[in-house]
Amino acid sequence: MAAEVLTLGKALNAGLRRSLERDAKVVIMGEDVGKLGGVFRITDGLQKDFGEDRVIDTPLAESGIIGTAIGLALRGYRPVCEIQFDGFVYPAYDQIVSQVAKMHYRSRGMVRLPIVIRIPFGGGIGAVEHHSESPEAYFAHTPGLKVVTCSNPSDGYTMIQQAIASDDPIVFLEPKRRYWEKGEVDTEAEAYPLHAARVARPGTDATVVAYGPMVRTALDAATAAAEDGRQLEVIDLRSLSPLDLGPVYESVRRTGRCVVVHEAPSNVGLGAEVAARVTEECFYSLESPVLRVTGFDTPYPAARVEEEYLPDLDRVLDAVDRTYGW
Amino acid sequence: MEREDALVQLLTPDGERIDRAVGPDGVEYSVELTDEEYRGLYRDLVTVRRLDAEATALQRQGELGIWASLLGQEAAQVGSGRALRPQDMVFPTYREHGVLYCRGIDPIMPLSLFRGVDQGAWDPNEFRFGMYTIVIGAQTLHATGYAMGIAKDGKVGGDDGEAVIAYFGDGATSQGDVNEAFIWSAVYTAPVVFFCQNNQYAISEPIERQTRVPLYRRAAGFGFPGVRVDGNDVLATYAVTRHALDHARGGQGPTLIEAYTYRMGAHTTSDDPSRYRPAAEAEAWRARDPIARLAAFLGKQRIADESFFADVDEQAKDQAVRLRERVLTMPDPAPESIFQNVYPHGSPLLDDERERFEAYRKSFEGSAH
Ligand SMILES: Cc1ncc(C[n+]2csc(CCOP(=O)(O)OP(=O)(O)O)c2C)c(N)n1
Repeated sequence: MAAEVLTLGKALNAGLRRSLERDAKVVIMGEDVGKLGGVFRITDGLQKDFGEDRVIDTPLAESGIIGTAIGLALRGYRPVCEIQFDGFVYPAYDQIVSQVAKMHYRSRGMVRLPIVIRIPFGGGIGAVEHHSESPEAYFAHTPGLKVVTCSNPSDGYTMIQQAIASDDPIVFLEPKRRYWEKGEVDTEAEAYPLHAARVARPGTDATVVAYGPMVRTALDAATAAAEDGRQLEVIDLRSLSPLDLGPVYESVRRTGRCVVVHEAPSNVGLGAEVAARVTEECFYSLESPVLRVTGFDTPYPAARVEEEYLPDLDRVLDAVDRTYGW
Repeated sequence: MEREDALVQLLTPDGERIDRAVGPDGVEYSVELTDEEYRGLYRDLVTVRRLDAEATALQRQGELGIWASLLGQEAAQVGSGRALRPQDMVFPTYREHGVLYCRGIDPIMPLSLFRGVDQGAWDPNEFRFGMYTIVIGAQTLHATGYAMGIAKDGKVGGDDGEAVIAYFGDGATSQGDVNEAFIWSAVYTAPVVFFCQNNQYAISEPIERQTRVPLYRRAAGFGFPGVRVDGNDVLATYAVTRHALDHARGGQGPTLIEAYTYRMGAHTTSDDPSRYRPAAEAEAWRARDPIARLAAFLGKQRIADESFFADVDEQAKDQAVRLRERVLTMPDPAPESIFQNVYPHGSPLLDDERERFEAYRKSFEGSAH
């Protein structure tokens, strides 16, 4: 039996383990990833089994983590860096956007940096400031980087392995509020392509595009809508850069309605990109404008009001309703 | 430990007074306090420990999202906090509840941050105590810039001189920001004291993961004095900090103080120290408890008697009870507060968003949303 029920956190752990086993050049590095197993325990037990040379507790310096990962990659290693929380990636931002993203280009292809930067991202866990951010647009805006995010244990398991095996530098966003959600993981199934979107739930009446933590929310909205007789198609983007919008276009051409959902603020966010492209490609199929459901254009608020900030099932359903109002 | 790495200590773990101690910076440290001042320090230590314990309990009961306890670090915080003059400016991290208390700030303030009601919004100008800084090390540069401003304003040298103190942990010394702060403060002779509480761990990572030399010695490489003080000795931390602040105030630039101490509890309430540190280690540090040692001294010198100790305990408990009541009745922020204070003069984008949000919420009126 290859199928197991795992939480997303455990699935990621299993995927990291497989990668460490398969390729001796893979190293995991970050703050507290060793003995503690990471603050979310995603690297739990890996240092014990693979040693301190493979699973490296680093000094408390994000720029250092990414900068040295570049050197390790130049030396033939495949570093998998853990940034402890989304809000702490910014000290490393310069290394990521100025160095990691550009070396392949600058060297006219002679340098490859197979680095994975794992970041638990998004809100919904009642944390203090800097622990609930959605920085995906900063990275997706940077040519030379790839950005992916998993939404369920099965994808967590396969996508982390694919990201590590990829020669591209990849920002790998993990929806931290979903770490404890369970799902079936088939460890022998053929892997779905890393940079492809997937229909998470088929439907005929409207298309809801989501990724990472919001896929669960979109699916819940679809379940609620079905009770009222409306069939929503939910698409999990999975890859944010490059975007795979083929399945979205195909869907919108059938449904004529499109709602994009993310936690990040709307202004200059990924939703804008999706909306623009869908409008361009599906203009004659659209019954109404593409709508966005997002976090607000404010800093992430204090925990006691985050429920108001974060898109929930009602806000998704409200947007779907509005697409019927045109 | 090499000889020169010895701690500046003015009170032994058994409560014996040491008259004077010479630091690695060659400075001779001593303190002369009145009995009332000694008792005051004791009262501070007990109170901040009691309030901290209350916050930990509140977190366990689900009333706070998380709590970063100062247990074990009271002397470092109270000693340095009481060495500050009213005109000095403080740049804390997220664990400086003891310094905050010494600044006269309502101890409820950090609890609202950790409860998730706000983001720790006391008035930094009023209290001369900056906001808690969660991104490690960032505040050391703010402190340096502020200190450069003081120097520009000509507020160094004279009697009304001001100084700045920046708090951070041992882990923070690995951050680029902290190293840049060292460089800037040295180059511009900024009146700033860097107060590093070396509590031996950055979450799970022991000090060996951050440095191969005693931290105070780093200062030499940047060109300013560094001193290592027994962080569990409130008298020594007081003396060393006061001296460093005077040094800064006098226009002589920065000092790095390494307060050698130990975090007795977990990193925060979400942490499990049993995964990474031996229980015996914490036990060994318990013998150096900052409160017990001051109590021993006060008792031996007959500066305080049983009734004083009992009274301090009682008052600390009362304060904790009041704090608890206030936390339990702390209201949640209004939903619209999300949109407040993003910009001093608002923004059309947000005005529009808020209006739509309000209309959306109204659409649920009468329903259970
Ligand atoms: C830039 C950054 N990276 C990571 C974190 C997560 N984090 C919070 S506290 C901490 C350890 C800090 O250790 P130290 O500086 O020694 O201070 P202590 O908590 O021990 O007082 C870490 C890694 C953070 N807050 N900021």
